[in-house]
Amino acid sequence: MNLYDKTAHELHDMLINKQVTSVEITKSVIERADKTEQILNCYLERTNEDALKTAKKVDEKIAKGKNISPLEGLPCAIKDNICTDGVKTTCASKMLENFVPFYDAYVVSKIKDENSPILGKLNMDEFAMGSSTENSYFKTTKNPYNTACSPGGSSGGSAAAVSAGSAVFSLGSDSGGSLRQPASFCGIVGIKPTYGLVSRFGCVGFASSLDQIGPLTKDVRDGALALNAIAGYDANDSTSANMEKADYTAALTKGVAGMKIAVISDYMQEGINEQVKKAVLAAVEVLSSLGAELSECAIPSAKYALAAYHIISAAEVSSNLARFDGVRYGYRSGSYNDITEMLENTRAEGFGDEVKRRIIAGTFALSAKNFKNYFEKAQKVRTVIRNDFDKALGQADILIAPTSMTTAFALGEKNDNPTKMHESDFCTCGVNMAGLPALSLPCGFDKDGLPIGLQIIGKAFDESKLLTAAYAFEQSADFHKMRAIIKNEAGEDI
Amino acid sequence: MKYETVIGLEIHSELATATKMYCGCATSFGSEPNTNCCPICLAMPGTLPVLNKTAVEYAIKAGLAMNCEITRWGKQDRKNYFYPDLPKAYQISQLETPICVGGHIDVAVDDSIKRIRLNRIHIEEDAGKLSHDTGGGTLVDCNRGGTPLIEIVTEPDISSADEAKLFLESVKAILEYTEVSGCKMEQGQLRCDVNISVRKAGETKLGTRTEMKNINSFRAAVRAIEFESRRQIEELEYGGQIVQETRRWDDAKGESMPMRSKEEAQDYRYFTDPDLMFISVDEDTIQNIQKTLPELPNARKARYIEEYGISPYDAGQITNSKPLADFFESSIKCGADAKAACNWILGDISRILNEKGAEHFEIPFLPEHLAELTQLIEDGTISNTAGKTVLAHLFETPKSPKDIVSEKGLVQISDEGMLKKIIAEIIASNPKSVEDYKAGKGKAMGFLVGQAMKATKGKGNPQLINKLLKDELDSI
Repeated sequence: MNLYDKTAHELHDMLINKQVTSVEITKSVIERADKTEQILNCYLERTNEDALKTAKKVDEKIAKGKNISPLEGLPCAIKDNICTDGVKTTCASKMLENFVPFYDAYVVSKIKDENSPILGKLNMDEFAMGSSTENSYFKTTKNPYNTACSPGGSSGGSAAAVSAGSAVFSLGSDSGGSLRQPASFCGIVGIKPTYGLVSRFGCVGFASSLDQIGPLTKDVRDGALALNAIAGYDANDSTSANMEKADYTAALTKGVAGMKIAVISDYMQEGINEQVKKAVLAAVEVLSSLGAELSECAIPSAKYALAAYHIISAAEVSSNLARFDGVRYGYRSGSYNDITEMLENTRAEGFGDEVKRRIIAGTFALSAKNFKNYFEKAQKVRTVIRNDFDKALGQADILIAPTSMTTAFALGEKNDNPTKMHESDFCTCGVNMAGLPALSLPCGFDKDGLPIGLQIIGKAFDESKLLTAAYAFEQSADFHKMRAIIKNEAGEDI
Repeated sequence: MKYETVIGLEIHSELATATKMYCGCATSFGSEPNTNCCPICLAMPGTLPVLNKTAVEYAIKAGLAMNCEITRWGKQDRKNYFYPDLPKAYQISQLETPICVGGHIDVAVDDSIKRIRLNRIHIEEDAGKLSHDTGGGTLVDCNRGGTPLIEIVTEPDISSADEAKLFLESVKAILEYTEVSGCKMEQGQLRCDVNISVRKAGETKLGTRTEMKNINSFRAAVRAIEFESRRQIEELEYGGQIVQETRRWDDAKGESMPMRSKEEAQDYRYFTDPDLMFISVDEDTIQNIQKTLPELPNARKARYIEEYGISPYDAGQITNSKPLADFFESSIKCGADAKAACNWILGDISRILNEKGAEHFEIPFLPEHLAELTQLIEDGTISNTAGKTVLAHLFETPKSPKDIVSEKGLVQISDEGMLKKIIAEIIASNPKSVEDYKAGKGKAMGFLVGQAMKATKGKGNPQLINKLLKDELDSI
């Protein structure tokens, strides 16, 4: 097995046993990325030199006999809507094509505290709006399992990079499914933490009330380790939860015996791919065989979640993205006669179609005439969704659903149909509306060899229970050991 | 036809917090452009606001001082609009749950008290500043952007420019007393918008109102109200109609002009800011802030009338300015006679301060200096005229008036023998005036006193001269 194929915890063990150096690991991953990037387009910016410097520092520390933290010396990469001091942060938009922040996002400073070498910035849908990474202004990322397919989105670059071995782990963001759906499409683990568990400071806001940053990893243990690194109170984010820090790895081996698990029937109905349904039910059977108590539950408001989600998120988008006016930073149109024209032309030229669609929709929903019928109604639906989840979680410890109704779809398949694309968030966006934690982990493959994702949803700040169930399932199967076989244009494995 | 004017005010006051509303930048005035800025107040991508707790406390303090109800569970809303001085393209303000609700301020109008009701006080952040340079470009300075503000909104209870001025003075005094705002108008720390409508006397329905912006001084408020009320009355008198609109006051031209109509009014798309949590205010917080409230201007005024026996008008004048009132009280503690101190402060001291253009009443000498000065006059050491000379010196070099009096030789001549000698000479050399006096011409007395004062180089005790002269003349 190549170094780049290994998990963080495997590599950590090798580091402390001095079987390998951080520089060797980092080089292995960089070389892997050199090859995969020619095909997959995960990265928007690569910072290999900086990564190697950090790796060297870690090796010196190890040589001196000092202890290292679990992610120390293990190279990662960051979604490009998360600010990195001195490194371009574009949000995959023309608007921020040359924007270099002079501050780190909270999570980036945490990763730097860990001495995890940062390999660069990862592709995404423009401003995290999309489910296929095709909305990137710069390039389209491909799915490592089938390069004709989408890696999902919006954290498509982040998921594909980890799946392909061109980063040991990565960070992404999830407002309606943007971590879980790409994790599902790329056969890896994606954790969307409880709203407030991870600071949003430095994550370029898409929908403030829905956004959460989370890790993408090769297995559940890595997910727990990465969550340990980035979770915690941050005084710079008013919505950050001030609570004691948990060790998420402690939960991994607790086992599911006696755990109450409910399958959400509303996400298992019409529209779901039969192979996905089969894999999810099989996973549930595994959990049952491990001692979990099974039941079914309903989220009756599930069918309204997508509409309400799109109204609320678009409304917040219309306000959050208003700051991109060309006055202080970012793109400014070259042709204008006055300030109004400057604003209009800058935004008309700087934003892509999907972003504009959502800004327009959000502006509409917030306007005095429509506020009551759209924004306010959507907020009421949000309360109903929250109540539905609360009720279901009153009867069960965790809830089970597919992450996505389908496996990875073909690139180009939905790109001309925004409504179809929006439907990709059907199984995931309700969780964001309720502010709950959820993760996706691989639970099988369809007949074309594309990964299927199992979604586990828990109570607020009960990430540990998600991890217990996920780890129990993972260890009873081999899905997390699968690696994508990437073929180049000549059809050769790389 | 008689008309009445109905006025409501929206007063913006910068809070005197050390840092901005949502970041740690200093709020100081007059720094180099764009030096009191950070990624947060510049709305750099990914940055988030964190509410300044002190700003909330100051707003509550102002609310308690103005008799408002304090909101226990409030939120902050985004007011969305594009303007280059507003980096986020939304201002964080409060729409539905202002931190303070209701309230009132009692204002002394002529001889009666008028209660002006408040609608609300809410917190919001200030915008930056634009300057239009000569090269045709516009420059943005974000130093002021994010400075905490309160907006005090009145009910339409004000009926004249004079009332508006009195009300504004009261608001300013309360904000100064509570130390919630510096109230430096020349620095834009206190600004107001005026809503105004007119109606025929006796009508109960409000007329169509206009809103005037860009009013930067109390004087401008008075002029703007007078202009706009006259304009509206004339419009109606000539059969026209008032258009609901926002107007811009041009103080240099002394007129207001249309800025935008109701139809052009912006849709601010208010919604709760999802980056911020609710503002929760508990009873203890309110009680603790209540305890920090100082004696307020109206209470102080009542006490001055009661305790010092000064007139309501003088008491009002002096308590309108906290520094003046503080100076006044200190000087009394140092032994000054209250009425004398009051006269000096509202008279010569205020006049000199005004001449110096010192809006903030920076009296360069100490209250004990004033006390000493009033005592020197009272015990006859110096004359009132000499007192004015001493005061002028105090403004130059603040030191003991006694020293000034002796250095400048200002001691009053009260030596009867000496004065009698001078009076005899004056009588001898002014027979015509003596004759006039005897003929009952009052003016002659004044002339002779003047001559005697001149002969003493102004140092003669005028009361004594008067008495001695009269005795002498009557005995002739």
